[in-house]
Amino acid sequence: MSLPDAEHLLVVLADQIRPRVGSDTALVGLHTGGVWLAQRLHALLGLAQPIGSLDVSFYRDDYAKRGLARDTRSSALPFEVEGRHLILVDDVLHTGRTVRAALNELFDYGRPLRVELAVLVDRGGRELPVAPTYCAATLDLPPRQRVKLAQDGNTLSLRLTGN
Amino acid sequence: MARNPQLNRHGELQHLLTTEGLPRDVITRILDTAEPFTVVAEREVKKLPLLRGKSVFNLFFENSTRTRTTFEIAAKRLSADVINLNISTSSTNKGETLLDTVDNLAAMQADMFVVRHASSGAPYLIAQHLEATGRDHIHVINAGDGRHAHPTQGLLDMYTIRHYKRDFTQLSVAVVGDILHSRVARSQIHALTTLGVPDLRAIAPKTLLPADIDRLGCRVFHDMAEGLRGVDVVMMLRLQNERMQGSLLPSPQEYFKFFGLTQEKLALAKPDAIVLHPGPMNRGVEIDSAVADGRQAVILPQVTFGIAVRMAVMAMLGSVEA
Repeated sequence: MSLPDAEHLLVVLADQIRPRVGSDTALVGLHTGGVWLAQRLHALLGLAQPIGSLDVSFYRDDYAKRGLARDTRSSALPFEVEGRHLILVDDVLHTGRTVRAALNELFDYGRPLRVELAVLVDRGGRELPVAPTYCAATLDLPPRQRVKLAQDGNTLSLRLTGN
Repeated sequence: MARNPQLNRHGELQHLLTTEGLPRDVITRILDTAEPFTVVAEREVKKLPLLRGKSVFNLFFENSTRTRTTFEIAAKRLSADVINLNISTSSTNKGETLLDTVDNLAAMQADMFVVRHASSGAPYLIAQHLEATGRDHIHVINAGDGRHAHPTQGLLDMYTIRHYKRDFTQLSVAVVGDILHSRVARSQIHALTTLGVPDLRAIAPKTLLPADIDRLGCRVFHDMAEGLRGVDVVMMLRLQNERMQGSLLPSPQEYFKFFGLTQEKLALAKPDAIVLHPGPMNRGVEIDSAVADGRQAVILPQVTFGIAVRMAVMAMLGSVEA
């Protein structure tokens, strides 16, 4: 199947978010694709606050079954979380478990005023009651098909993996 | 060939008993895993949910408030329930054997034992016993056994060195002091060799060196000035006061004169050399206060990194199936 152009979706997503951001809004990218996306959105939206990044490996609900990811990175939120408007950014929304883990981690940094979710692609297959606030495209994929963001130089593209 | 008792059949860490024979990629994996844990200490909530619902038993057959505390903090930051048992003052005095104690605690649904014991091999014995009795879902971490090993100390020292010096394969490292009685020294030396340190030196008086020191891959020096020349890392060892009683050493003053680390002796190392010490320090015996408090000492960062490294070990063990 043919996948939409990620660079185009990025512009669509930025247009959706733009009217809703204020001077205290901060983007929080989820490793790895979400961080690339957050960096691009940050530039397009000209946000004042720096970008945060989360690696939710320590909060995943399948830790006991699958073990720790080999390349777990440090999370970094270079701003006060307490009372802030935050937008979680991820490339693909699937089961909703990553978002659940990210919310848990966020609240260990403080109590944000409001948390929203921006994704490039909603591919369906939710296992938790999670919905995106901003979403550039929806895809109807078979359950075992995976789609993820790739970065080549400074160009983003969507790729199918697995089957 | 017999299976490495620390690894399961998939080559994953099952127990941490010693750094000896621990594969390089397992050591590197522990150090890599520890890195994101260092950030947790700076957060509002210094806790992660990884060991939620698990019980960690600190089994200390030999007193060590500091080591026990660091394991306790590490386990608590991973949300485990921690039970501290100072058995030197408890049931073994009533005649219970080591393995009876272990069986009782296992029956209380323990998930992990952190073991400190005066006898070399005690944690290994416990791990073997658990496996032989079909309870290999319980993990054992050696928190120091006799003169044998203190692997988490060795690993936190590796983390500290990597933090400041990056590449082990370019380093000159000197281990200084009572190597004969030191489980810390043994754990350091095995880890340093595995990580590929090309120039490893042991500096000590003849009476404080083990007979097999050459086989450990160290160059031996009996003179500080010679041994410290040009090194990147100086790893000081604690001189245990009780060793002073026998005939091994003349006096603390004389030991300090020849083997105590002073600024003058440290000046022979590279200008950016770092100084480690596992604590607690004997100021004026193995290390001068000017060095301990000086700009080259990384002794307090070692303590901070130690929590992250112990968290990493526990987190890795907690996710391993038997």
